[in-house]
Amino acid sequence: MTKIANERRELARARCVDLTGYVCPMTFVRFKLEIDKLGPGDRLEVILKRGEQIQNVPRSIKAEGHQIESVKDENGAFRVVVRKGKQ
Amino acid sequence: MVGFDFTEDQIQRYSRHILLAEVGVDGQAKLLNASVLVIGAGGLGSAALLYLAAAGVGHIGVADRDSVELSNLQRQILYSTRDVGRRKAPAARRVLRSLNPDCRVDAYPGRLSAAKLGTVMRGYDAVLDCSDNFPTRFLVSDCAYFERKPLVTAAVARFEGQLMAVLPGDGNPCYRCFVPEPPPSAMASCQQAGVLGAVPGVLGTLQAVETIKLILGKGETMGQRLLLYDALHGSFRTVARRRNPHCPLCGSEPTITKVIEYEDECRPDGQCCADGESCS
Repeated sequence: MTKIANERRELARARCVDLTGYVCPMTFVRFKLEIDKLGPGDRLEVILKRGEQIQNVPRSIKAEGHQIESVKDENGAFRVVVRKGKQ
Repeated sequence: MVGFDFTEDQIQRYSRHILLAEVGVDGQAKLLNASVLVIGAGGLGSAALLYLAAAGVGHIGVADRDSVELSNLQRQILYSTRDVGRRKAPAARRVLRSLNPDCRVDAYPGRLSAAKLGTVMRGYDAVLDCSDNFPTRFLVSDCAYFERKPLVTAAVARFEGQLMAVLPGDGNPCYRCFVPEPPPSAMASCQQAGVLGAVPGVLGTLQAVETIKLILGKGETMGQRLLLYDALHGSFRTVARRRNPHCPLCGSEPTITKVIEYEDECRPDGQCCADGESCS
């Protein structure tokens, strides 16, 4: 199996959390609770709203040592794929 | 600590801790699993206890054998006017339980002898000395030394306060490295009776901060430093503390090999002096 196919399968299994219903700072609290359940290198898909959420949350995610792998605009909401850092 | 299950209420209550990288989910779980014994529920203890309970320290012990007096309320923010005459330890327990039902609070309203204190201390991870007299201070610090418990100790007088942590382990100075013996009684509580109410609040709050740091294992400890606060000058400073090789407790040839019980010459707020001087 190719590396890409493997990654796709991994992503399909990745956990997904919809944070669009929360306001700052609970948005990031919920993110932290979810990412904490995963191991280093695992992926988490995060759904964020346009505006304050997409502007601020990815910045905080990076500041805590995680990687943003992709950001996809889906009609007003953003699908953000995060890979958990070592810490 | 992957998979610690917070309730919805806990997520809300501790959200501002969870947001901090240095606390986070793991740190909050550590706090909920931690136990802290606070000796003295007066001015220092009020602030320390309120913040420890608010922080979600899962098990708190409160030891104080006094009752609330009207003269306490200028600084002992755990208590209300209606508590005057009530025992402090159970009154504190009620307030803390009402602040945070996550905390198990054990009240010790009786006198704790050296032997009893040692037994009680064994059930806790850390100890706070929030007492206001030297006999208790030495009893608590000696006991913590023999039980190998981290101790966060503070003292206030007038407009000033000081704080240090006494941590188990070679290389760390003990309390007696700093003050080898209790000073003469004239220097003890009586002359310290005047205190700006908010000053013990500052120091008690700092005791809670340092204890939380020890539980989390984050930041620089006060284990080899002394913090001095001067409210009138509005200044903080720290000075280094070192081990005293001739310390009677932790030195190379210790003369103190068990906990000593000194006489309690001056009752807190009792307006009495061993030498008959006025305490007013």
